[in-house]
Amino acid sequence: MTFPLVILVGLLFGAAAYLMLERNLVRFLFGLVLLGTAANLMLFVAGGLTPASPAIVPEGADRPDEVLANALPQALILTAIVISFALLAFALVLAVRANHDLGTVDTDHMRDAEPPPDERDPEAAS
Amino acid sequence: MNSARLLLVLPVLVPLTSAALLLLFRNRPAIARPVALAGLVALLGSSVALLAEVLQGGILATTLGGWPAPYGITIAADTFSAILVVVGGVLGLSIGIYARGDIDRETREVGFEPFYHVLLAGISGAFLTGDLFNLYVWFEVMLIATFGLLVSRRGRAQTDGAVKYVALNLVATTAILVGVGLLYGLTGTLNFADLHGKTRSLEGPLVDAVAVLLVTAFAVKAALFPLFFWLPASYHTTSVAASAIFAGMLTKVGAYAMFRLLTLVFPATPGTAIVPLLVVALLTMVTGVFGAASQTGIRRILAFHIVSQLGYIVLGLALYTRLALAGAVYYLMHHIVVKANLFLVAGIIRRESGAFTLADLGGLYRRAPLLAILFLIPAGSLAGFPPLSGFWAKLLLIVASFEAGEIVAAVFALVVGFLTIYSMTKVWLAAFWKPAPHAPPPPSTQRVRLLTYTPVAVLALITVVLGVWPEPFLAVADRAAVELLDPTSYIEAVLGEGTR
Repeated sequence: MTFPLVILVGLLFGAAAYLMLERNLVRFLFGLVLLGTAANLMLFVAGGLTPASPAIVPEGADRPDEVLANALPQALILTAIVISFALLAFALVLAVRANHDLGTVDTDHMRDAEPPPDERDPEAAS
Repeated sequence: MNSARLLLVLPVLVPLTSAALLLLFRNRPAIARPVALAGLVALLGSSVALLAEVLQGGILATTLGGWPAPYGITIAADTFSAILVVVGGVLGLSIGIYARGDIDRETREVGFEPFYHVLLAGISGAFLTGDLFNLYVWFEVMLIATFGLLVSRRGRAQTDGAVKYVALNLVATTAILVGVGLLYGLTGTLNFADLHGKTRSLEGPLVDAVAVLLVTAFAVKAALFPLFFWLPASYHTTSVAASAIFAGMLTKVGAYAMFRLLTLVFPATPGTAIVPLLVVALLTMVTGVFGAASQTGIRRILAFHIVSQLGYIVLGLALYTRLALAGAVYYLMHHIVVKANLFLVAGIIRRESGAFTLADLGGLYRRAPLLAILFLIPAGSLAGFPPLSGFWAKLLLIVASFEAGEIVAAVFALVVGFLTIYSMTKVWLAAFWKPAPHAPPPPSTQRVRLLTYTPVAVLALITVVLGVWPEPFLAVADRAAVELLDPTSYIEAVLGEGTR
């Protein structure tokens, strides 16, 4: 099961890199979504895939009686998913606001913070 | 939990608690103000107590949740961590007081204070954690808090700056996560002290690849060449107080992580320079200082100088000798204070003359002579004038470069120092000496002046003390360098604790 997942992780990273090279901010963010997914899946695979049982000690016993799967990678992924969910939600709202405030999501035309030298300095307005 | 172990968690616990309270009392300034002040004073107090304990009793370590190391999450403080936590506490209090005089009502109402305290908790957490995944989490905590601070003011430049900051930093944190995952897959542990032994026994191309990935990801956070573009795009767009804490601490947490990784997790050979990092450091110094020379806004000039100065700090790490590391630690102490102070001074300059742009400034030497002195101290220190702190910091690194036989590095450090003088002179001439092009804005109230000038004066005083009386600070920096080069005591403190 590891091998196909490794290929999938590679494909996801590739697709993420492709999307993130776009000038369009929305596509960049989609790339970021894929990058996060690829990273989480990679954590899962790197943590070791096993058909062993979940890490639960039976009632009454003080130790498990069979080989258990490592629960730590799953805990890491869960944390990472929660964090990346929050960050992506923020980033998407920011993209909406950029479209509203700047009138574009093309990063080539987003020059308000660092305008060419002949234009007004942005700090003057802040 | 005994008192030493409590000291380890207080610098994180205190700002988190005050952040929660401040969120509750966001719209009740009468309650929020004393809570914020008490939180910042307690943070500084607990961090100083922690440093005193570390200097007296050696490295402190504990694990959370009662799990023995390396299974539980380790919190540890060596001299290096403790110094940086104290510097963070000093900045936290100074900028917190400044913010009270400077932040407008709108910025406060969208939650400046809670975000600010969460950021301080994240910074302390990153310095104190002994676990790689936990470090990643603290970076995310800082990131979320900085997002809030960045967009708390609304405007085209703010949105634009935030987009670039958010995009590049999210890529970097994902890269950290990937590195963490791969390292766990290779070693089965994420505890720094435990990783030290395991990465050494595993040596090979895979470990090297993970090391490069992680160091690169933290290099984005530290704004090293060529990955610094998010910094000059965003720092000048936020409020003065937020930009000062960003300028002082954020990139330095990235640099701290690089120091930790390259001395503890992927240790290099003491006395042998890390050549790729050396090249990156020199290029960072040069691009930063030239970037600054081409700018015309005070905060944009200062933002590029952060990049340039990080080159010096990483130069100390790349040389990898005791003197160079001690120099880098001293440089960190000096730089954090000076750089945050310059951003605060820029804020006062704007209050006094209504602009950040050099062309719109002028006449401040006559109108605000005290401000002129308060600018000259950090600016002179940044440029490396003796006897200010920047002189010793640069001197140590230049001597260390000569000792390591890296003459080119020493030459770069000297030339970049001269170019820094050029930028600071440019600001001085434009803001203070040339006649004012416009009528000045109405003067600030007495209260605002007191709240903004006091922290600037205190930070300037610290710069002077660091420069005039450097021996105790150099001794502490040297102790930190010795601990970094020989991590045995750190590992004993962390792993020994669990077995006892």
